[in-house]
Amino acid sequence: MLIDSLKQKLKKPPHDTRYRTFWQSIHIDVTLLAFLLLLSFAGFFILYSASNQSPRIIEWQALKLALAFGVMLTVAQISPATLQRSAPWLFAMGLILLLTVLIMGHTGKGAQRWLNLGILRFQPAEIMKLAIPMVLAWYYHRIALPITLKSALAAVPIILIPAFLTAKQPDLGTAILLVMAGASVLFLAGLSSRIILTLGACIAVSVPFAWYILHDYQRQRILTFLNPERDPLGSGYHIIQSKIAIGSGGMFGKGWLNGTQSNLQFLPEHATDFIFAVCGEEFGFAGSVLLIILFMLVVLRGLYITVHAQDTFSRLVAGSITLTFFVSFFINMGMVTGILPVVGVPLPLVSYGGSSMVTMMASFGILMSVQTHRKLVTT
Amino acid sequence: MTLRTLQALIAIFFLISLLIIRLAYLQISKHELYTTLSTKNWLDLVPIEPTRGLIYDRHGVLLAENISVFSLDIIPYQVSNINHTLQELKKIILLSDDELTQFQRQRRQHRRFDEIPLKLRLSEEEVLRFAEHQYRFPGIVIKARLMRHYPFNNSFSHVIGYVGRINTQELNEIDETNYSASHYIGKTGLEKYYEDELHGKVGYEEVETDASGKSLRVLKNIKGIPGKNLHLTLDAKLQLAIESALAGQRGAVVAIEPASGQVIAMVSEPSFNPNLFVSGISQKDYQALTTSPDRPLYNRAVHGLYPPASTIKPFLALEGLDAGFIRPTDTIYDPGWFQLPNNSRRYNDWIHNGHGTVNVSRAITSSCDVFFYRLATDMGIDHIDDILTEFGFGVPSGIDLDKELSGTVASPEWKRRVKGVSWYKGDTVITGIGQGFMQVTPLQLAAATATLANRGHRVMPHLLLGTQMPNKPYQAKQPILQDQIVLEDEKTWNIIIKAMQAVVDSPQGTAYRFGLDREYTLAGKTGTAQIIAKRGRPDERDAQTDIPDRLKDHHLFIAFAPVDHPQIALAIITENSNHAVKTARKIFDFYLTQPSGTKRHVDRQPQTKTQKTAP
Repeated sequence: MLIDSLKQKLKKPPHDTRYRTFWQSIHIDVTLLAFLLLLSFAGFFILYSASNQSPRIIEWQALKLALAFGVMLTVAQISPATLQRSAPWLFAMGLILLLTVLIMGHTGKGAQRWLNLGILRFQPAEIMKLAIPMVLAWYYHRIALPITLKSALAAVPIILIPAFLTAKQPDLGTAILLVMAGASVLFLAGLSSRIILTLGACIAVSVPFAWYILHDYQRQRILTFLNPERDPLGSGYHIIQSKIAIGSGGMFGKGWLNGTQSNLQFLPEHATDFIFAVCGEEFGFAGSVLLIILFMLVVLRGLYITVHAQDTFSRLVAGSITLTFFVSFFINMGMVTGILPVVGVPLPLVSYGGSSMVTMMASFGILMSVQTHRKLVTT
Repeated sequence: MTLRTLQALIAIFFLISLLIIRLAYLQISKHELYTTLSTKNWLDLVPIEPTRGLIYDRHGVLLAENISVFSLDIIPYQVSNINHTLQELKKIILLSDDELTQFQRQRRQHRRFDEIPLKLRLSEEEVLRFAEHQYRFPGIVIKARLMRHYPFNNSFSHVIGYVGRINTQELNEIDETNYSASHYIGKTGLEKYYEDELHGKVGYEEVETDASGKSLRVLKNIKGIPGKNLHLTLDAKLQLAIESALAGQRGAVVAIEPASGQVIAMVSEPSFNPNLFVSGISQKDYQALTTSPDRPLYNRAVHGLYPPASTIKPFLALEGLDAGFIRPTDTIYDPGWFQLPNNSRRYNDWIHNGHGTVNVSRAITSSCDVFFYRLATDMGIDHIDDILTEFGFGVPSGIDLDKELSGTVASPEWKRRVKGVSWYKGDTVITGIGQGFMQVTPLQLAAATATLANRGHRVMPHLLLGTQMPNKPYQAKQPILQDQIVLEDEKTWNIIIKAMQAVVDSPQGTAYRFGLDREYTLAGKTGTAQIIAKRGRPDERDAQTDIPDRLKDHHLFIAFAPVDHPQIALAIITENSNHAVKTARKIFDFYLTQPSGTKRHVDRQPQTKTQKTAP
């Protein structure tokens, strides 16, 4: 309905302003904003229960969400052209920060991911989530699409160096997302299917080698993913308890605040990475599907913006952002339901946590910018 | 590019379908399985220890109770640095090395969130002192718990026994579920024999727990059944009197009410304090008890084996008369020794020059050995064994105590089996005076004496008068009658009993000097058991001042009173000491000459040396 009405408005010729609507003039995509607010609202409900009704956690989450929405609206004001120009600088800055973390990072939860900036602890890998698609889009913007193998190869260091540095911290989840963000640009830029398939085959072959590079705990996670009962009290515990939580939810769930798995602490990380299991337990199959639909609305809106973007840079960035968003919540839900291995990826907008939320919302800001800075061109 | 977006959209819908199928699988197909698993996760059954039954004497004096004590418990998972905490704690509360070792041992056996007692029985001051400093010790709590306590300390310890922590061997023998909350199990004595009655049935609390196993709230309470209270046949006041009469000696006394078979006193000296065992005895104390040459832990009344010596004579005389081997008027001449035909060995009498001419009554009264050497030889060992077995020797009395010994009534068959040699005529001769291979427990002697007092009416000796559940009617235990001893001529009982009365009444009696100035009739028989083989028979009045204590003779005395309506039959043995008769006299005096009315009432407040429990 909302999309239809917007389409209607788009068809109307403008009067005297550059922008068609008031919302567009302040660079807000109302549809996306509505979907995001809906999702955040649902997230609050789940987090309230998952945090054992901790007002402190809810307050913090609200504060962070407010901050993140602010960042989103701010970023939306920047025109795609400016974003395009700043892309290489953002990437360079991100790379320097990543190296800094590696040398003198703040250790949190056994991993060096954080850079302590006074009151804010900041995860430089998050910048890369935006910087990689932007710098690739900036690069491919000049070339005629579809891209060739030669130009695709140029992307390899741009993607892999930050991903490697991030994986080294070690943060496999974010590293995977970085690779996915870069790869999605290549995919959208029209890298030939043959090359994609070949690459896929190469990756499959290199898996045994990758095994040696992985940290022991990562190997454990993969082994445990393949067979959680292998270690029911150790690394398999997460996934077993998560499946129990979801499975015991049934069709309509145990009801809000009635989940025994999370409220009685059987489910670890229930307010962060495993929050989807709380949703599954308390709201059942119906609630989980509803949450997935909310996520999908955001994805569909993102793809809509991508398709309607006016230049290559905007399209590539918008498409990559949307696909990365999809990948991040899919990986999270996949690991919580036990169809993917456990990698530390939070559920966007629902999980309790800061750094990734801000980048996520900044990326939605870019989507809004792309959508609302469209020039009036008659087609 | 639009094509690629479309391709991506298709991939997205494919992946989302996978996710939804997965959710449907978990939440719809496997819903029941995961519901079961989730319920099992958070429901925990916490067992609650049933209150152990109390033990009373026959007049309601409390002999074993549960007192509430305050213990200092540690919940290890709430304490960050246990060693440091213990160091700090030591500054406030005295902790012995024993308590610390005990704690460390238990810590290994418990889950992290179980409360482990560090110090049992805090004093009032300690409770207050700790309360003051409690804020400094998270994870350390003062907890009220019930602890078994024996108010009379050393008295009754052999009969009642004690409880202690359940060991691995016991774990295999008990219903583990029923003991899942129990701290104690009966280890010895009545506490062990009546363990099932005393223990009761475990109760449960259905508790909601979190992942660490900590309970959050109680959902359901399934009440257990407390243990039954035991009412014993023992008379606490008599028991205490016997104990003080026997104090400083090694020996045992068993007193039975003949008509009912009720054991009214059972004393074994020296004794021990059972309270030491309840909270775990220290290595040092335990060592002291086990290595003491006086063997205080061992219940001489049922585990002590002694030669019956001359106390056997009335039983043999009874059979000799009844079976016609002798007549009451038959006499023999005792020159001071006995000889078997065609055998040069002389069996001496305890009086060197002999008793002269004696009949059976006189032989009992002055304990003539030669008379009984001859009677035994005439009767033959098989006949002797028959009558002794009829009186309960050589077989367990059936008393309600654990591992009662049966003693030995030696027979040719027994000797071949155990010793591997054949029976000699001489073995029969010395059986006549209760020496040789025969061994009896003080309990068996007392039971046989009660049978004598009852003129053949046998009742199984027992310690349990009845049981009672709280708020339920008292259940009396019925005495168990055993095979009666029926004589050809009932008058034979009178001959024997008269002869036994003369033991204390007649100047020729072996206990005459201890029988003077009585207010009641008494029948008894003395005995002297040799520790080392000496050339002659010991003089039953010999104080044996010239030989080492441990080699002195054991003295025995069996007796009952009053003769016409026996109220008490007893057997006493004093090891390496001749105080048996004197002590027995004190016991009879105490039991029978108390002003009537007060006898049945005992001071309800026992003298205890134990500290008062903290409020």
